Amino acid sequence: MNPAWSVILLTTLIGAGQGLFLALFALDAWDAARGQASLAPWFVAAAIVVSLALVGAGLLASFFHLGHPERAWRSAAMWRTSWLSREVIVLPLFMALVALYGLMHWTGRLQGALPVGVLAAAVCVALFVCTGMVYACLKFLQEWHSPLTVANFMLLGTASGLTLAAALAAWLQPALARGYVAAALLAGALAYLGRLASLARNARLRPKSTLASAIGVKHPKIVQIAQGAMGGSFNTREFFHGRPREVVRAARWSLLALVFPAPALLMFAAPQSALVLAAAFLLQYAGLLAERWYFFAEAKHPQNLYYQAIA
Amino acid sequence: MSKQLALVIDLNVCVGCHACVTSCKQWNTSGEAGFLSDDNPYGADPTGTFFNRVQTFEVGEFPNTETVHFPKSCLHCEDPPCVPVCPTGASYKRAEDGIVLVDYDKCIGCKYCSWACPYGAREVDEHQKVMKKCTLCVDRIYDAKLPEAERKPACVLACPTSARLFGDIHDPESEASRAIREQGGYALMPEWGTQPANHYLPRRKTEKHLHPDELERHDNPLKVDGQLPKPATGEPSLDDVTSW
Repeated sequence: MNPAWSVILLTTLIGAGQGLFLALFALDAWDAARGQASLAPWFVAAAIVVSLALVGAGLLASFFHLGHPERAWRSAAMWRTSWLSREVIVLPLFMALVALYGLMHWTGRLQGALPVGVLAAAVCVALFVCTGMVYACLKFLQEWHSPLTVANFMLLGTASGLTLAAALAAWLQPALARGYVAAALLAGALAYLGRLASLARNARLRPKSTLASAIGVKHPKIVQIAQGAMGGSFNTREFFHGRPREVVRAARWSLLALVFPAPALLMFAAPQSALVLAAAFLLQYAGLLAERWYFFAEAKHPQNLYYQAIA
Repeated sequence: MSKQLALVIDLNVCVGCHACVTSCKQWNTSGEAGFLSDDNPYGADPTGTFFNRVQTFEVGEFPNTETVHFPKSCLHCEDPPCVPVCPTGASYKRAEDGIVLVDYDKCIGCKYCSWACPYGAREVDEHQKVMKKCTLCVDRIYDAKLPEAERKPACVLACPTSARLFGDIHDPESEASRAIREQGGYALMPEWGTQPANHYLPRRKTEKHLHPDELERHDNPLKVDGQLPKPATGEPSLDDVTSW
């Protein structure tokens, strides 16, 4: 597939925003369980605003993927069958709930905020599932058609959100930073393992479709002579990234280095420094961009069998 | 059972002339639904939106090769994976005749349906920014103003070798169904369970087997056979008029 930056930004930005909300709410729920109120209002406000800004930016990016953004409202129609439609419904719902939760926290209604937060957390998980299933449900994109896709969207988003929460905490409520760093390291390690598992799985995949099944001629040696167009087509532009092998390899190495090892080193080195933790988040986010780019570039669409040679 | 209109394409007959491509483009760029955009049609890298393309494949290794011309368009699957993924409902399969269509006024151009089609049958129109695909000439096959014989997709009418049959494949007595049944019609990429409605008829080798008794006359009237040196059966033979 040809990676689209709009979709890469959408999935990585909302993932970080969702993770940040989950990081905040986990602590709030822990507070409620202990009967305490330990969260500084400014930290809560910052986390809510940044989370909403990230998810909003992701939503904005997604509009650039559309040919007719003015018709985007129509995409809520087919929620019974389409994961994309479900995502379109759940995303603004999540933003609304997070905003409401933040508002109630800011105005001191902590008891009332809790059930809203529970609902928002449930919707947050549903959003992770929807986003992942948009890709995982396409059965002939074998690289994506796996529970690992959903798990990785969830884990990578949560890990980046926790790293961001650690940076915000180090700035606004340093007492929380150490705990968030520990959680970010744990979630990051899990996410890294999940991504490694999917890389290993995809390296061993054997394509179900072959040129023989594509044109229905039973012969092991078939080559394309012409694809019916000389200057390319939508099929050659949308489904081939067209980048040299070195770029793909560079994306793979970037994701392997930046998604977890590099930010983990920074978090180990200075778990109390807001600046260092912010740098760790930026590194991890850059890693996630590489990760998502590679996620798309790695997927081989069976339609490519019909577009092997121009003439 | 409801109708399922489809094309049956005979690869044994297709000569790869692209008449179906040009007639499709001509008909579908001139209709109510608007043009099919082209960019640089006369330039170095011509590109555009097509519903139908003829591809060419070489099967085997020289000298045992065979050229297969392969017309490719939307297969109007009975279980179309492109339809349920559409978030707006712009992609739909008609209950009455099984044609898979796109409502260009509802399409938001998210391209998700093209990702969900294993055949690459859908193409975005780069200027109208909506997804397009073969309609089986839905604006022609029901047009009562046309003579009955012309109520067929443009590609079917244009094909000079009649390699394209059009009909209801749920009607066992239709020409299309009969061709599938009697000439080994098959579906593309059956491994995905999409149940394409369009079928292809395979290449068929026409071979003549010569037996020795066909080269040697049974009655042997002049009793000359065998008296003169005889060429091997594989060598060029003389006809009946000239004798040895």
